[in-house]
Amino acid sequence: MDYHFQWRPVLRSLPDMLWGALVTIEIAGLAMLLGTVLAIFLALGKRSGKKYLSWPADVWIETARNTPALFQIYMLYFGLGSLGLQVGSYAALLFGITFNNAGYLAETFRGGFLAVPETQTRAARSLGMGTVQTMWHIVIPQMLRAVFHAMTNQMVWSILMSSLGIIVGLTTDLTGVTQKLNVVTYRTFEYFFVAACLYYIISKAFTLSARIVAWRLFRY
Amino acid sequence: MYFGGSFTWGDFQFLLYGAATTIAITLVSVLIGTCLGVVFGLIRSGSPWWISNALGAVLDVFRSVPLLIQLVLFNSFNSILKLNWPTFAVGCLCLGIYASAFCTEIVRSGVGAVPLTTRRAARSLGLSWLQELTSITLPIATRVVFPSWIGLTLGVMKDTALVLWIGIVELLRSSQIVTSRVQEPLLILCITGLIYFFMSFPIARLGNQLEKKWGMQ
Amino acid sequence: MIAIENVHKQFGALHVLNGVDLTVQKGEVLSMIGGSGSGKSTMLMCINGLEGIQQGRITVDGVEVHSKNTDLNKLRRRIGIVFQQWNAFPHLTVLENVTLALRKVLRKSKEEAEAIAVEQLSHVGLREKLSVFPSRLSGGQQQRMAIARALAMSPDYMLFDEVTSALDPQLVGEVLDTLRMLSKEGMTMIVVTHEMRFAREVSDRIAFFYKGQIHEIGKPDQIFDNPTKQETASFVRSVL
Repeated sequence: MDYHFQWRPVLRSLPDMLWGALVTIEIAGLAMLLGTVLAIFLALGKRSGKKYLSWPADVWIETARNTPALFQIYMLYFGLGSLGLQVGSYAALLFGITFNNAGYLAETFRGGFLAVPETQTRAARSLGMGTVQTMWHIVIPQMLRAVFHAMTNQMVWSILMSSLGIIVGLTTDLTGVTQKLNVVTYRTFEYFFVAACLYYIISKAFTLSARIVAWRLFRY
Repeated sequence: MYFGGSFTWGDFQFLLYGAATTIAITLVSVLIGTCLGVVFGLIRSGSPWWISNALGAVLDVFRSVPLLIQLVLFNSFNSILKLNWPTFAVGCLCLGIYASAFCTEIVRSGVGAVPLTTRRAARSLGLSWLQELTSITLPIATRVVFPSWIGLTLGVMKDTALVLWIGIVELLRSSQIVTSRVQEPLLILCITGLIYFFMSFPIARLGNQLEKKWGMQ
Repeated sequence: MIAIENVHKQFGALHVLNGVDLTVQKGEVLSMIGGSGSGKSTMLMCINGLEGIQQGRITVDGVEVHSKNTDLNKLRRRIGIVFQQWNAFPHLTVLENVTLALRKVLRKSKEEAEAIAVEQLSHVGLREKLSVFPSRLSGGQQQRMAIARALAMSPDYMLFDEVTSALDPQLVGEVLDTLRMLSKEGMTMIVVTHEMRFAREVSDRIAFFYKGQIHEIGKPDQIFDNPTKQETASFVRSVL
């Protein structure tokens, strides 16, 4: 092997990569937040039993789950472009992951609704609590526990998926910054190795904090 | 309006050829992933905690780093070591190891689902460790985890799209090539999406049904 | 006073309640007995509007339960109910289980709600368990907590739906003792139960349900010793 590893230039550009990591976290977090809100509507739509609500929800969910995430991002980036809707690479990535998250989380929430038995609602209503109070104080807290683990996993997926931005030309997130440096220096292995380490740290830090939150929240 | 005559039967065949590549990569990767996964899974479930946890931690790395980065690293490793493997092999190996990280946990949960009493009963009848494994544990475990394994296979199928980054022309890359000629990105992406959908959805449904059917017993 | 007039209820083709008439006076303890599927539990759910009815009228102190103009949430504050499956809220501590409705429905302050809850929980013997989660309690303890939760709203009426049926035999006694105590305190109670000795002991009247109707109603001695209807006699014989 006559390849000489050079780590010094990588370390020098570490601050740039850390800024990229922040963008990665921002995209993943936003996509998770938006995806969660949309997923609640999708899950409610599927539960409603009304065709005009459940059918679009079904199409969304099945498309999100049965095609590659990269395809979904392409759809937004290239597909919408041909309709005259020019979408930037940041927006295409953000909404692509959001679309994907919403599809997977909708199924999670559907299971979550089933995890809280009807008798809990009855007990709350029998104490004179209204629909909204029952939802807020009884159903949602218990549902949250049922879906918490799956949501944590989805957030990690969200972080990992955000690396796909580079394929539609995003240069500001961790992978984008890494690729930009790589193109200049050709130290591919070194740069991407450090990027891998950063992704690992982000994923693990998130998983760990989620575990601490779960431990604090779900003491029952 | 879309069928302006520019999208031809030949283009469609080109997409199908891309789909065949996608399937080929999927099959090879899942094969590698399953073989490694069974071995790792058995080690994970049947060895002292420190071996099991150490292996678990190593495999966890592959699940915590973006697949795209893993592909780039594998690919650059290939050139650093001057292995000169074809990119197809690099893609399959990388996806295979990635899949094995997930498969290991599937196998482990399957083995965990076989009651210890059942295994003891088999051993007490005089079956050897290997006989017990092949005739009792693995058949029961396979049934339990088959639906998750199908889920993994479909997951890998969708992840194969990323190998276009290291230069393999699979389904999604094929669609781009066709688009650059035909200039109808939305139409071609929709067709591509449908091909993905029809490769994934029926099998996903089958998996769900098996899960329901076998879950009852 | 709870007045039930000619109530009918159907689940599809199944006629669960087939013209029930009944009045329960303030301070009275009424037990409903009968085979499973005879409609007694459904009757109970109708009284606080957890189930709808197709025909007839139920009024609680003159307020019609199944009228569109009735604020059910308001009405339910005055009617406590305890279920067969105790339905503890698993994510709340014993204390929070009791204070939740006090604070959110009756809008009491935290201190006030906790004072009431502690009093009620002490009453049913759970003074020591305030900060424990329900999963750490036995079935009997959870059921007593559910009773305290309902009582904390200071209801005028209490409904009990087979509250001992899901309990282990050795835990039945402690829950029945709680009910006995309540009846001595003059609480108006409607009790659906399979515990015949208990029913006989605490009830002012006993209603025997058969095929969605009250087949026979009367003092415990009459129902258990001198039933006038043949079905009552054979039911009583089968359970004693």
